[in-house]
Amino acid sequence: MKLDIHTSSIEPRRQTYAHVARRLGDRPASRYDEAVLDVQATANFHYRPLWQPDREIYDVRRTAVVLEDWYVLRDPRQLYYGTYNLSRAAMDQGTERALAFIEQRGLLAAVAPSWLASVASYLLPLRHYEWGANMNAMTVADYGYGTAITSAAAFSAIDRLGMAQTLGKIGLLLDPTGDVLDRAKASWLEAPFWQPIRHALEDTFVLEDWFEAFVAQNVALDGAVHGLVYRAFDRAGMDHGAAAISMATGFMTEWMPDHARWVDAVVEKAAAASPENRALLSGWARKWSARAVEAARPLAERVLGGDAAAAVDRVAAEAADRAERLGLEREAAR
Amino acid sequence: MAAATSAPRRLSLKRKYAMLTRGLGWETTYQPMDKVYPFDRFEGIVIHDWDGWEDPFRLTVDAYWKYQAEKERKLYAVMDSVAQNNGQLGITDARYLNAVKLFLTGVTPLEYAAHRGFAHAGRHLRGVGARIAAQMQSLDELRHAQTQIHTLSHYNKYFDGLHDFAHMHDRVWYLSVPKSFFDDALTAGPFEFVTAISFSFEYVLTNLLFVPFMSGAAFNGDMATVTFGFSAQSDESRHMTLGLEVVKFMLEQDPANVPIVQRWLDKWFWRGYRLLSLVSAMMDYMLPKRVMSWAEAWEMYFEESGGALFADLERYGIRPPKHHDVAKKEKSRLSHEVWTILYNYTHAAAFHTWVPSDDEMQWLSSKYPDTFDRLYRPRYRMWREAAARGERFYNDALPQLCNVCQIPMAFTEPDDPTKIAFRESIWRGERFHFCSDGCKDIFDDEPEKMSQSWLPVHQIFQGNCGGASIEDVLRYYHLNIGADNLDYEGSPEQELWDAWTADRRTAR
Amino acid sequence: MNVSITLQNTGDARAIIEAIAADNPSAKIQSFPAMVKIDCASRLVIQRRTVEEKVGRAWDLQELHLSLVSLSGNIEEDDDAFVIAWR
Repeated sequence: MKLDIHTSSIEPRRQTYAHVARRLGDRPASRYDEAVLDVQATANFHYRPLWQPDREIYDVRRTAVVLEDWYVLRDPRQLYYGTYNLSRAAMDQGTERALAFIEQRGLLAAVAPSWLASVASYLLPLRHYEWGANMNAMTVADYGYGTAITSAAAFSAIDRLGMAQTLGKIGLLLDPTGDVLDRAKASWLEAPFWQPIRHALEDTFVLEDWFEAFVAQNVALDGAVHGLVYRAFDRAGMDHGAAAISMATGFMTEWMPDHARWVDAVVEKAAAASPENRALLSGWARKWSARAVEAARPLAERVLGGDAAAAVDRVAAEAADRAERLGLEREAAR
Repeated sequence: MAAATSAPRRLSLKRKYAMLTRGLGWETTYQPMDKVYPFDRFEGIVIHDWDGWEDPFRLTVDAYWKYQAEKERKLYAVMDSVAQNNGQLGITDARYLNAVKLFLTGVTPLEYAAHRGFAHAGRHLRGVGARIAAQMQSLDELRHAQTQIHTLSHYNKYFDGLHDFAHMHDRVWYLSVPKSFFDDALTAGPFEFVTAISFSFEYVLTNLLFVPFMSGAAFNGDMATVTFGFSAQSDESRHMTLGLEVVKFMLEQDPANVPIVQRWLDKWFWRGYRLLSLVSAMMDYMLPKRVMSWAEAWEMYFEESGGALFADLERYGIRPPKHHDVAKKEKSRLSHEVWTILYNYTHAAAFHTWVPSDDEMQWLSSKYPDTFDRLYRPRYRMWREAAARGERFYNDALPQLCNVCQIPMAFTEPDDPTKIAFRESIWRGERFHFCSDGCKDIFDDEPEKMSQSWLPVHQIFQGNCGGASIEDVLRYYHLNIGADNLDYEGSPEQELWDAWTADRRTAR
Repeated sequence: MNVSITLQNTGDARAIIEAIAADNPSAKIQSFPAMVKIDCASRLVIQRRTVEEKVGRAWDLQELHLSLVSLSGNIEEDDDAFVIAWR
């Protein structure tokens, strides 16, 4: 049976969904826009949560940040599920190749043994840091308002778990028995130079405001911890022949600017929406950045010795620059 | 993982999963564990050893990214192809699309809700393995919402009733059936949520939604829907397994958990079954070409598979869910009773209904020999005659809704298909109505919670839905009056479809 | 008590279906539009090696995820076999 239809008779009657058209006009919409805009329910909830009876299922009151439209928190990367997984699968393929290459060529033998020991103590316990960051990302996916923030937060949670598992694989390269991972965990739990970071992280787990947890984790703690580990420590490793470690952590160095684009856009848009938001976000950024920088200092001292102060100053300066770029206030308003 | 495969010392799947996953979590010391995980105790479920939970698929993130990316690549290739080749013309008949409309407005928003519910479980359960499985599921559910929106976006360009699905989901009367179901799960604790969705819905019942329905989509030329449907099912198999593992885990951890789990299985079986009654109508009435009847699907997926499952769980002291015998008695009536409700109220719905054709009635009669000719054919004959006289029947009285499942009260007594079932309870001086003993039991067990339901008919009468006339309410729903609603016969969609396929019909 | 697995009716899945038929003599295979449902008495196994013979290349059991539609039974998976069984 042949179907012969004049194309003029099958013109589309509308270009996109009505809720998308109300925002952007009736024209073909991007896959990101259709995947995200107004997908979360907003009205007529049936029951209140047994676990939080004073709130609706989705409730703007779970943060002190106030936005008229929660879809201003767009992801500049325009990630929806398909593009997210394609992007991460490609990034991870690079990591897998690097890990296999390092193993096959025995490249770890080129790293100074004393530095390898240092890597085991500064890099591997970060598995637990990433698992903690995963938890904060899930807090945002759980309590956040609107699909724009919850979808990107859920992606970032899996990113964190993926990085925790990549760190585990690096541990298994260092020590195929896996004992090195047990020692890394003991260090995370007990070594004095990890405790201020773990303490700060555990304090973020009990924050009631999801947006504060978002800022504390992604702006403050990551700024200090990732800034030191994947930039300062990585550079220092060059003097010890640690190119293999840089290769093995390629996912993280590629991920950091990608992640920061999203985090920056969220903070910038929320701060720009009102002076109250700006003050709130500025306060959180100041408070948590100050704490994160100090919390990371013992780790920097342990790894960099005499060069630690300069490296810590640098991440502190980066935090200040970033805050300014995002339109946050350096000082509390008088 | 491709590279690791060729590496000399390849880790086994089990060992890799254990090394990379177990031990990630730790006992917090700067903050009390119960403050970090405030919600996994209040339901009364006792867990002694979270390491007792194992993910049978042992999925690590690298494999997740790899296989999910592969699935997405395939799916979006089909989507692009459908759009480029006017795939909407390949369906058997435009009436078929009404099933798709019900799916997009009723089910897709639930996929997003599931993303949030599993985010909650993925944050608040304290065991690492269970949490990771919940997190992956949270992402999968987001996938399902987004791929459905993307796939059906193409149909929305040509057909009615799909254009404002999210707005409608929060408001339209029959969509409070799926919405209240999921709101009920989301507002429960994390263990009940996982039992409700992963086990009772996905393991026990979802096959009835996806498998015959998606197979039906394929049979009816809907390449787009069958592709996202089966692609989603490949995740669903993982979710079903999570559901079964979580239930077994709770049952193994402490005997005190058994009665709690049993109560949830009773509740969520019935709630899921009532929700799926909409699917029964889709299967028996909306598919122009039918794969199997609702009764056959019920036998295959609940009576056989579910029977084996509950026989397996017997060793824990679990019995089949309460009222499953009622579902069995209803299986040759359910779809017809639901289609009758939908036919009555199509003027207030974003999809079309119709009286089945003679061929279709023949099929229904052969699949339902004990009930169709005796109970339902005469009714359709009457409606057809009325329509021929220009008096297509629409019911202008707002129906009484069941307080729990929120379906209009038109289901019949388990042992008398000619008598409508009414049940009621009085709570704090108010009277609440139910369609069945199953729904009444659910209310009586949690009256404080269930009495909060947002009943569309009550809300209309209270003036909360745009006004007093049906037209006011339809505008509040964002229905395109005269296009989205009413009988398929005479609809703009029928006119369009007939014009598109005129050549096809003359070629016959 | 039967266990069952449902697979898509695709090129990738065909080799898996053939492998199941070869390794499970009691398998009952039913075709539906776009899918194939396989029932087995109490236990069903998918052997990696058998699938590899059918496809002529290395095959990872996790590739099963790409073809899976549904299953019924308890799952046990390792590198060599995927087993569905009731206890």
